[in-house]
Amino acid sequence: MAPVRDVAIVAFAQSDHLRRTDEVSEVEMVMPVLHQVLSRTGLKTSDIDFTCSGSSDYLAGRAFSFTMALDGVGAWPPISESHVEMDGAWALYEAWVKILTGEADTALVYSYGKSSPGQVRDVLTRQLDPYYLAPLWPDSVALAALQAQALIDAGDTDEPALAGIAARSRTSASDNPHAQLRGARAQGDYQVRPLRTGDCPPVGDGAAAVILAAGDRARELCARPAWIRGMDHRIEAHSLGVRDLTDSPSTRLAAERAGAFDRPVDTAELHAPFTSQEVVLRKALKLDDTVAVNPSGGALAANPVMAAGLIRLGEAAARIHDGTSHRALAHATSGPCLQQNLVAVLEGEAQ
Amino acid sequence: MTKEPVAVVGIGQTHHVAARHDVSIAGLVREAAMRALADAQLTWQDIDAVVIGKAPDFFEGVMMPELYLADALGAVGKPMLRVHTAGSVGGSTALVASNLVSSRVHKTVLTLAFEKQSESNAMWGLSLPVPFQQPLLAGAGGFFAPHIRAYMRRTGAPDHIGSLVAYKDRRNALKNPYAHLHEKDITLEKVQASPMLWDPVRYSETCPSSDGACAMILTDREGAARSPQPPAWVHGGAMRSEPTLFAGKDFVSPQAGKDCAADVYRQAGITDPRREIDTVEMYVPFSWYEPMWLENLGFAEEGEGWKMTEAGATELDGDLPVNASGGVLSTNPIGASGMIRFAEAALQVRGQAGDHQVEGARKALGHAYGGGAQFFSMWLVGADNPAG
Repeated sequence: MAPVRDVAIVAFAQSDHLRRTDEVSEVEMVMPVLHQVLSRTGLKTSDIDFTCSGSSDYLAGRAFSFTMALDGVGAWPPISESHVEMDGAWALYEAWVKILTGEADTALVYSYGKSSPGQVRDVLTRQLDPYYLAPLWPDSVALAALQAQALIDAGDTDEPALAGIAARSRTSASDNPHAQLRGARAQGDYQVRPLRTGDCPPVGDGAAAVILAAGDRARELCARPAWIRGMDHRIEAHSLGVRDLTDSPSTRLAAERAGAFDRPVDTAELHAPFTSQEVVLRKALKLDDTVAVNPSGGALAANPVMAAGLIRLGEAAARIHDGTSHRALAHATSGPCLQQNLVAVLEGEAQ
Repeated sequence: MTKEPVAVVGIGQTHHVAARHDVSIAGLVREAAMRALADAQLTWQDIDAVVIGKAPDFFEGVMMPELYLADALGAVGKPMLRVHTAGSVGGSTALVASNLVSSRVHKTVLTLAFEKQSESNAMWGLSLPVPFQQPLLAGAGGFFAPHIRAYMRRTGAPDHIGSLVAYKDRRNALKNPYAHLHEKDITLEKVQASPMLWDPVRYSETCPSSDGACAMILTDREGAARSPQPPAWVHGGAMRSEPTLFAGKDFVSPQAGKDCAADVYRQAGITDPRREIDTVEMYVPFSWYEPMWLENLGFAEEGEGWKMTEAGATELDGDLPVNASGGVLSTNPIGASGMIRFAEAALQVRGQAGDHQVEGARKALGHAYGGGAQFFSMWLVGADNPAG
């Protein structure tokens, strides 16, 4: 179903993604990004009709961590605001729906994550089934390795092909001043077989923000708005034992609902923190070599947890804004081994 | 462009208790969801999307539990959103679900909020120390008590108002089979003799710590036409936020709460809330917040809220019954508490609140707040379709 209103991403900003940011609080990390994204449109906080953010208390190690981050927005006088305990891509989805109701014409979306205060591999085990799985502490790299091995066993990929994805991503990131890992690097040793260091995302801290606007408001705020032609997200069963790890039906369904298969895309920003996950996503999204996949370097070059998905939407929109892309696909994921997936299709106006 | 009218056609909640040792988190949420489906006479196949909310993940010790709960809530293959706006989350979650219908993105949505506080310790979850940040002190009570003192000083409210609220809410809870606290021998003297926890808040003026879940089925005009029970229609809904701490903040009557109520009343065409609204489900975790919110929500002039309480206006047989269900003071699975307020408001206008039904209720307000009294979410539901 076509959306009832034309809504576009009109601005995007992100922090430099760094291994550690001990010297700044979450508010201090978020504020400059918010100022940048607002200044790109000339809007002030008071001009924004709806604000939505995404983050996770477990990264901060304290309850209600997002309540302090709100200070960075400058929420006075009071604002219409909401928060998802998810990647910021889903905050963008909530904001998009809010604009579709007609109750808002503009929205500010932001998300952030600091992985450096803890051990993110351990922290992510806490999002598994708390009775049967979490007590075993299977970490995120081990679970991704299970998926990678399933792909290799199915003949969908092999270790050299995965190394090729790693190399391509980090080479692409050479042009991305915000990325954490830029340029060629060695694949390194096995982390969890068959995944080597190079197959895994860097651990880092970062933030991102976008502004959405409807119809003519979008045209006023941006020379070439990135129109959201469709957006959908789907979740799969949690247990890895009941899923085919070599496939991603939720991505395929979300893409179908978002209209991704109606016409070819030229660019795809995929949220694939592990090289092997790009293999799964390419298959589900029917992406061939004519599509520029992760020209930003993707999550393999910078993976601030809870912001990495929103950054995919922002990077795809930025390529529409600058005219590099005409029709782009953006993808975000959540949960172990691509359990939950969001797909958006962005287009520039015909010129 | 007009919005699609949104109707509540299914409501389900668990029997709230201190500890549900007999079910997992998944078992708990499924119980509420299945009751909501049964109420609406719908099946899992009729649900297009699931919107779930709860307060901090540290309360159960599960990070982003919606991932694990996807199967239990029939969400596999569907969109699932997880909202977290602190104590206001139950209300915000319902509003996000409502927007999915009013924007015509989906036709029928299951929304659910829960807290299984017995899996962990809420006081601990609220008090994790973080370097260089203002701590929330000794749980929520320690944070809110000084603001109650400020209210008393500002308005000259006498000391006994808080205990009147607690006595009323605990008596109302006796009429609600789902309420956590059923204090059959409650008296005003017992409330007033209970130990002082955070002066002026006594033990009996404080919410319990509960396990529980609440679910609602929201649908469009077409779905409402098929509803076997009378629907509750959403006449208005809004969220407002302001920062936790800043010099200009009025902790007694936060501007965000006033703005949120004003937005809801504007959407619902309410000009005189005291006369036009029949009953209120208000988020009152500490008894004194009833008179405070009566003023904040525009039911009483500034400084006059305690007089309404003292005069009995908020009793079940008063002219503005507040928390006919027993409220947060009698049942507090934190993440679900806001949705219970929204759902109880809907039950009232559907005429299905049983022994705690407010006679002839046609319009009801559901209210929730969270954080350091900084996040607000409210909706106004009515027996009539606002679109006619």
